[in-house]
Amino acid sequence: MDIKKTPKKLNVKEKYRLMTRDLAWEPSYRDEKEIYPYVDYEGIKVHDWSKWEDPFRLTMDAYWKYQAEKERKYYAIIDAHAQNNGHLNVTDARYLTAIKLFLQSISPGEYASHRGFARVGREFAGVGPQVACQMQSIDEIRHAQTQVHAMSNYNKFYNGFKDFANQRDRIWYTSVARSFFDDAMSAGPFEFLIAIGFSFEYVLTNLLFVPFMSGAAYNGDMATCTFGFSAQSDEARHMTLGLECIKFMLEQDPDNIPIVQKWIDKWFWRGCRLLTLVAAMMDYMLPKRVMSWREAWNIYGVENGNALFRDLARYGIKPPMHWDDVEKSIDHTSHQIMLGLYQWKFGTAFHSWTPTASDIEWLKEKYPTTFEKYYLPRWEYAIAQKENGGEYNNFGLPKLCQTCQLPCLFTEPDDPTQLAHRETEYEGEKYHFCSDGCQHVFEQEPEKYVQAWLPMPSMMQEPLKGDLAAWMEWASLEPTAAGEYASSEDKANFEKWRKQVSTD
Amino acid sequence: MQIDVQTVNIEQKNQTFSHLKKRFGDKKIPSRYQEASYDLQAEENLHYRPTWAPEQELYDPNLSKIRMNDWYDLKDPRQFYYSTYTLNRAKQQETMESNFKTVESLNLIEGMPDPVLAVAQDLLIPLRHANYAANMNNTLVCGYGYGTVFTQPCVYHAMDNLGIAQYLSRLGLMIGDVESLEAAKQDWMDSDAWQPLRRSLEDLMCVRDPVEVFIKQNFVLDGLLYPLVYQRIVDQNLVEQGGSGISILTQFMTNWYLESKRWVDSVIKTMASESAENKAVLEEWIDSAANHFTSVLLPVAGLAVAGNQADELVSEAHDELLQRAKKAGLFK
Repeated sequence: MDIKKTPKKLNVKEKYRLMTRDLAWEPSYRDEKEIYPYVDYEGIKVHDWSKWEDPFRLTMDAYWKYQAEKERKYYAIIDAHAQNNGHLNVTDARYLTAIKLFLQSISPGEYASHRGFARVGREFAGVGPQVACQMQSIDEIRHAQTQVHAMSNYNKFYNGFKDFANQRDRIWYTSVARSFFDDAMSAGPFEFLIAIGFSFEYVLTNLLFVPFMSGAAYNGDMATCTFGFSAQSDEARHMTLGLECIKFMLEQDPDNIPIVQKWIDKWFWRGCRLLTLVAAMMDYMLPKRVMSWREAWNIYGVENGNALFRDLARYGIKPPMHWDDVEKSIDHTSHQIMLGLYQWKFGTAFHSWTPTASDIEWLKEKYPTTFEKYYLPRWEYAIAQKENGGEYNNFGLPKLCQTCQLPCLFTEPDDPTQLAHRETEYEGEKYHFCSDGCQHVFEQEPEKYVQAWLPMPSMMQEPLKGDLAAWMEWASLEPTAAGEYASSEDKANFEKWRKQVSTD
Repeated sequence: MQIDVQTVNIEQKNQTFSHLKKRFGDKKIPSRYQEASYDLQAEENLHYRPTWAPEQELYDPNLSKIRMNDWYDLKDPRQFYYSTYTLNRAKQQETMESNFKTVESLNLIEGMPDPVLAVAQDLLIPLRHANYAANMNNTLVCGYGYGTVFTQPCVYHAMDNLGIAQYLSRLGLMIGDVESLEAAKQDWMDSDAWQPLRRSLEDLMCVRDPVEVFIKQNFVLDGLLYPLVYQRIVDQNLVEQGGSGISILTQFMTNWYLESKRWVDSVIKTMASESAENKAVLEEWIDSAANHFTSVLLPVAGLAVAGNQADELVSEAHDELLQRAKKAGLFK
């Protein structure tokens, strides 16, 4: 070798290859199967790992530099937000319901992604995807942590934030998100990438993040919208990774196509069910609304989804199996979920309320074919009960879907007056589902989904044995954090502090 | 509506989140490290068993022979969470960037004696492959270890190892362009000096006990390798022979080792003090791995120094490692 040779100018791609790809070697003392034991069992065939295209070419020095700049800005803003009582700048305290739900359900999901990407970043047998997944892993712990730090200040003044860690494992509605991420993590490495990297990050992330972050911006929540913006360039990388991984699988072997199609079908449906909570947030929880769930779906679901699946058609990939059912549900789900959350509001760690007159006008306008006809009468019934000094509660416990874990409260795709219930018998037990989509997911892998931890049945078992009060205490469901917004401490305090501000 | 709220004094409801209050009380506002680290991992009601290994739990402390009553005892004395970690590394990479510029602008590589460059080539550049293995091993610990305070620093450590591999690659490109990296890989794959280490790392990549991987990689191998290669061979031998330029370009590695060993030692100390059983497992791992890796590194040291000096340097590193183990409460 000729030492002291003048270095050639390397292009970025070649340089990145040397800095990552070239680090690995083909093992000769041990079999690859011993080092990567989980890479085959899902049936995905990879003939050439080097065909993986690096979706972004970021060496660690550049990563540290860029990320540190973002971190500096982020913490400067949330420090200022805390010092200046920025929480009093939100439109009104109803808004907090949205970010309580976020902290209880989504931030733990960010953490789960962090761990999941670390696992697949170790299990793939190619250095390209290993490094890309490791970078996503470290980004995801960033997101979990910046979210907790942003919420930390709200927790100092309001109910419903402080028990998020316990609630992540025990509350009935957080198990919707928990089971989603547990499902992905307990799958093999390739399915995990389709679940989180592709379906969640690529197909659905805009439906989650854009509404949340613009909702935060519209409603004066600087802390939340700052973490949203700060995470955006990470998300762009994650979306590129998601798309690259699906193309890689599809290009490696035609036998992969039906497997990938099955996962797309499953995870699209799982994701859409999870996003019904976001639908309720957009249509009901934001005092100042950004756009309706229907409008968001049209842009980020239909337009982007169509373009994507047109692109994937050349590999023989079809749009997700239950796409039409999702489309049919869009004008209904937010109302159905919110009515559900409202009637079970004694058991939520956030407040809910009946829509105001102006909310009702907005909902009528955004959902001209469904709101007034099917849902307004139910809200009016609830409002009338309140006016007569009563309260609209349902102390019956909801029957949860074995797959998505939401209450079985959705209607038939073609008949919004009929609740949809599905049942499957497996090994002598009956399992219940909210929809064809969830039943289908179960029936593909019944041995997996029978294991699901369902919060409602657990309340009937040892040691709680049906004791509702004990169950609520166990799940950190405190009365001050639950129930009607109008009579909440959060509302009273927020208004008192606001008044104090304006009279000072 | 933007209102001026700075003057309002309002009373706080909660000092902190409940899980932190339970751990640390609420006399003190918890640090951002605590908020970012404790109890973030799901604990209970895990929904499904892994399809890849149905005998395991999704987060499973029993993947290791080490037992902890509370894995959150294994805190990182550096208190690294994402933000403090990246800010630290960003500062260090800025220094490294200016180091690379200095070496380049002063033509330090070109002015270096050939034997020094040969050592840099033969000893340092192949190590980038060892760093890749360390990256994989730490990624495994992060993925399958238990409890965020233990697993979180491992993803940082994994990325650090990737960063070090990349700094070594840049050094290679400086001293001999792409051919430097090619020759180093050839050595790594075929030359006698490197085969014991490569074999040992392939063996370690087959181990699935996350703590065992942590101990053997981060404590034992790195605990021998960094003092031997960077502190002794580079910073002493090579510097004495006119290789300061190399030492400048490996400054990150030297400082990183000193910083991260505080964390590694503290984890071991806490595990060892938990129980006699843990102590016995740790001693067994460390004893066998230390002897093994000492002999593995002997031919590697021989690439830089003559045989008897190599013996001496390697056994110094071995003694130093055992001192660290003793300080952590082992072997006594």
